[in-house]
Amino acid sequence: MTTPKFVGVETEYGIAVDGPTEVNAVLASSLVVGAYRRSGRRDVRWDHTDEHPMRDARSPEPDDAYEPSIDDELGLANTVLTNGARFYVDHAHPEYSTPECTNARDLVVWDKAGEWVLRNAAARAADTLPQGSRVLVHKNNTDGKGAAYGTHENYLVDRQVPFGHLTRLLLPFFVSRTLYVGAGRIGSELDESVGFQLSQRADFFEVEVGLETTLKRPLMNTRDEPHADPQRYRRLHVINGDANLCEVATYLKVGTMLLILDMIEDGELTDVPELADPVSAFHAFSHDVTCRGRVRLADGGEASAVELQRHYLDACQRYVKQREIVDPTTLDVLQRWQQVLDLVDDDPRQLAGIVDWATKLELLEGYRRRHDLPWTHDRMKMVDLQYHDVRLESGLYHRLVERGRVERLVGDDEVAAAVHTPPVDTRAWFRGECIRRFGEDVVAAGWDSLVLDVGGESLQRVPMMEPGRGTRELTGALLEEVTTAAELVARLAGDEG
Amino acid sequence: MSDSGSQRRREDVDREEREEDAPQEAASSTARDEELLDDVDELLDEIDDVLETNAEEFVRGYVQKGGE
Repeated sequence: MTTPKFVGVETEYGIAVDGPTEVNAVLASSLVVGAYRRSGRRDVRWDHTDEHPMRDARSPEPDDAYEPSIDDELGLANTVLTNGARFYVDHAHPEYSTPECTNARDLVVWDKAGEWVLRNAAARAADTLPQGSRVLVHKNNTDGKGAAYGTHENYLVDRQVPFGHLTRLLLPFFVSRTLYVGAGRIGSELDESVGFQLSQRADFFEVEVGLETTLKRPLMNTRDEPHADPQRYRRLHVINGDANLCEVATYLKVGTMLLILDMIEDGELTDVPELADPVSAFHAFSHDVTCRGRVRLADGGEASAVELQRHYLDACQRYVKQREIVDPTTLDVLQRWQQVLDLVDDDPRQLAGIVDWATKLELLEGYRRRHDLPWTHDRMKMVDLQYHDVRLESGLYHRLVERGRVERLVGDDEVAAAVHTPPVDTRAWFRGECIRRFGEDVVAAGWDSLVLDVGGESLQRVPMMEPGRGTRELTGALLEEVTTAAELVARLAGDEG
Repeated sequence: MSDSGSQRRREDVDREEREEDAPQEAASSTARDEELLDDVDELLDEIDDVLETNAEEFVRGYVQKGGE
């Protein structure tokens, strides 16, 4: 509560082109992102001025070595949308980064809006390819053949909280939240006897703490690039979660973190169980569909994933009571979190229709029984993969939604609006509205800046270092009053002077 | 694909078997359970309809580059 909360989630989507011509993944991703740009408009470039992806939360002195902007060098497609999101090619995947949100419910809305963007963009991209081509996009995290790609949550945390403190308090939480964060998958990178496991990504994690995201993946990532005032904020870059289609899963993934981070900042969460081996616990919990297994604690005891989660839930419930927090989203997150843990205690299969792994498992088991197939059969793997297909008519998740078998939290009308409009209560509002109003003059945008071409000798860079400014409340009247980007820049200069 | 014909035949056999089983199940189920079972059956029918027809080929060809 000491520091306002901001969250954004980046998702790299899986991509495949089916058709008469072979198209590699980088080109396919570029076609998808490029297809979404408005006709006649130039792309809004990404402003890398304040980016330092190699800055490590553990080192006291930031390393300011030259960092090339790789996507610019390769000319990969990038655009910034009127909803404040970034939509671009990262490695060989189309990636959607939500605008900054202040709460879990908004995050669900703008994360879903990303699925709509990808669905639309992939259909348009297919139209640019020879007849009979299909561009298929999956909101998943692994191809089941050794490659993993990310869904990263980003939270701003009070700079005063030491990083080591966050690590100690969060590791047991991260390894056990798979109960609701897991998107489920057939098979394992580590154990041939695993038919199905809870997490898409768990097997790809090898160390507890580190800066890497593509090799030796760490449970606790140390990338410290707040895209905000570094004196006030640090960034917590959480890379161990899965991409979720179930709204309740995304909601809990983010909602629980926001609440726990509040508690940590307030010094109200100090005592958590210490795991003997967090990485192997992450794997073990993921491989156990009964959710009954226990892992070793450093003190010689044992705990199940539910027991670890209940430790955090109990602490959050006490905190909310003590602080007399009445925010409806926070209270709803707590209630649903408890409900999920109660269901796991009773029978984890009851999570079908609520979280992804159990929803997919129920589907796979039905299909397996009907056709008498082994887990490793290609058609079982196809069901696994097609669950994540973003198309409404053939994505299996969407077929379940259509049948009313999946719990929803947000309305399609809200999501449709969020495809085009930003959240009103963060700087994403200013970013998105400037692009909507003055798109031709926005040369580049970053999380913490806008670069405008207002016709003078040099480009004008508008810094946006505070995510809580640039809201509709603070800038709405100003944007209504000006008619050009030049006027806007003049007014901003005047206001500051 | 060479083996899709045999799969189709197997599905048909599965369906026939299910139809044979259905009366027995209905006798021991409440109306609610029956509805749920019907719904699951319809759902699985739909999966059969929308699942990639070239599943084997598609799954084998689905190779992603690592990311992040």
